[in-house]
Amino acid sequence: MLPDIVALTTSPSLSVPWWKVVYDFSSLTEWIDASLHNYMSPFWTTITEMLIIGVLILLFYAVIGLFLVYAERKVCAFMQNRLGPNRVGPFGIFQTIADLFKLLFKELIPIKNADGFLFNLAPFIVIIASFMAIAAIPFAKGLHAIDLNIGVLYVMAVSAMGVIGVLLAGWSSNNKYSLIGAMRSGAQIVSYELSVGLSIITIIILAGSMQLSVIVEAQRDGWFIFKGHIPAFIAFIVFLISSTAETNRGPFDLAEAESELTAGYHTEYSGIKFAFFFLAEYINMFIVASIAATVFLGGWMPFHVGHWVGFNYIMDFIPPFIWYIGKTFFVIFLMMWFKWTFPRLRIDQLLTLEWKYLLPINLVNVLIMAFIVLMGWHF
Amino acid sequence: MRSIINYLKEIIFGVWSLLKGMKVTGSYFFRPGTIVTQKYPSNRKDLVMFDRFKGEVVMPHNEKNEHKCTGCGICELNCPNGTIEIISKTIITEDGKKKKAIDKHIYRLSMCTFCALCVKTCPSNALAFSQKFEHAVFNRALLIKTLNKPGSQLMKGVE
Repeated sequence: MLPDIVALTTSPSLSVPWWKVVYDFSSLTEWIDASLHNYMSPFWTTITEMLIIGVLILLFYAVIGLFLVYAERKVCAFMQNRLGPNRVGPFGIFQTIADLFKLLFKELIPIKNADGFLFNLAPFIVIIASFMAIAAIPFAKGLHAIDLNIGVLYVMAVSAMGVIGVLLAGWSSNNKYSLIGAMRSGAQIVSYELSVGLSIITIIILAGSMQLSVIVEAQRDGWFIFKGHIPAFIAFIVFLISSTAETNRGPFDLAEAESELTAGYHTEYSGIKFAFFFLAEYINMFIVASIAATVFLGGWMPFHVGHWVGFNYIMDFIPPFIWYIGKTFFVIFLMMWFKWTFPRLRIDQLLTLEWKYLLPINLVNVLIMAFIVLMGWHF
Repeated sequence: MRSIINYLKEIIFGVWSLLKGMKVTGSYFFRPGTIVTQKYPSNRKDLVMFDRFKGEVVMPHNEKNEHKCTGCGICELNCPNGTIEIISKTIITEDGKKKKAIDKHIYRLSMCTFCALCVKTCPSNALAFSQKFEHAVFNRALLIKTLNKPGSQLMKGVE
C-alpha cells in the first residue's frame, strides 16, 4: 500500500533505511493490484495487469533493442579507431531511431517461390521467443513479471525456441544461402545449448534452487562468482563463450557470415521483417547477458564485502535496478568485445570447441562444484 | 597422461592468445585519443593535411615572384595523361643572348591522376604538391590552371 511507504519513510523508529523501502517495488505492485481490485472483478484485474506488463515489456524491448544497436556500433567503432555514428543528434544517439523509421518505410518484398505462410511466421516466432524469455527476468526487487519456481529452466527453454524461427526462415525462403545459414545456426544452437545448461547447473548446485528470485536472494552476502571459487569462475567463462555462440554472435556468427552467405537465414527478408530478426538478435544478447548477471553476478543485489559495514551501506544506496542494468551491460560489453576482436570460426572448429573442450570442462566442473558444496567449502 | 597435459596446455595457450587479442582492442576502446577518423566538414578550419599528401601540382614561387621552371619540358614528356602543356617563349637576357623560358605552364587538374611523375622527374625541383584537396568547381574550364604566376621570372642561378 502506498500510504504505508510514506509512513515507513517518515517514521524515525524504523531501523530499515528509507531507500530500502523505496527501492522495493513489491509494495508498489501490490498497491496497483489492490487498487485495480477495487474497481473491477478479479478476471478483468488479471487481464489489465497482463496488458500493462505486456505494454511495459514491449516498450522496454524496443528501447533496449535500439540502444543496443547504437551501443554495438559505437563500441565496434572505438575498437577499430573510428568514431561510429555521430551525425544524427549529439554523438549520433538518434541514429538507430532514424534506422528504425527507414526500415518501417521500406517495402516488404514478397518472394515468388517462398512458402508464404512460414516466411511470414518465422520473424514472429523469433521475436516471441525472446519476448517470452524477458518476462521471467528479475529487474529489481518486486520488479519481476513472473517468478516461476523453475525460472532458469523456463528462460533457457523459451529462448532456445528461437531456433525454430531461424530454421523456418531459412527453409521457407527457398534460397540455398538462407538454408545453409539456418542449418548452421540450428547445429550451433543445439550443441551450445548443452554448455549453457551445464554451466548454469553448476551454479544451481550451489544455489539449490532454480527460482530466479531465490538465486538472487542467495547472493545477498556475496555473488556466486566469488562464492563458488574457481568452478564458478570457470562456469562463468564457459557460459560467456557458449551464450555468445547461442545468440549467433561473432566470433560464432557463421550462421549469418556476411562474406560467405550474404546474410544467412534472413537474406530474403526486407523492411520491418528483417528488423524483427535484427532486434531479436540483440534482445537475445540482452537476455543471455541478464541471465549471466542474475546467476553469476548477483542480479540486482548490490556488491557487498564481508564485514565492511560502511562500504555495504553505501552500496545499498545505489538502486537495485541500476545494479542490474550495470551488470547486464558489463556482460554485453564483454560479448561485444569478443565479437570485434576474434576472427570467425569454421563450422568444424565451432563443433570441436563445443564437443571436445567446453563439454568435458563443464562436466568436470559440475563434479568439482558438487564436491565443494558437499564438503561445505564455499562461502 | 601426456595427452591430458597437452590438452590442458592447448586450452591455456588458446585462452592466453585470445586475451592478447582482447588487450589490443580493449586498449583502443579505452583510449579515444587513438581515433583516426576526422569529422571533416565540421573541422574544416583547423584540418591539417600531412606533408606527403598529393593534393594538386603547384609551382612554388618565392617572394620576388620567381620560380625554378626552366621550361625544359621533361614534365610534359613524362606525364602519362597529357595533363601538362608547356608553352615556351624566347627571351633575350641582359648580355644579349637568346634564351628559352616558359610563357605558360598549363596544368589540367581534371586529367591528373596524381602519379607524381612530373614532380619526381623535374631536374630543377620546380614542381611540388600542395595539400589542398577541395577541387570541386562549377565550371570545368576552371580546372585548367596556369601554374606560373603572371609576370614571374626564372630564379637566378637555376639553369
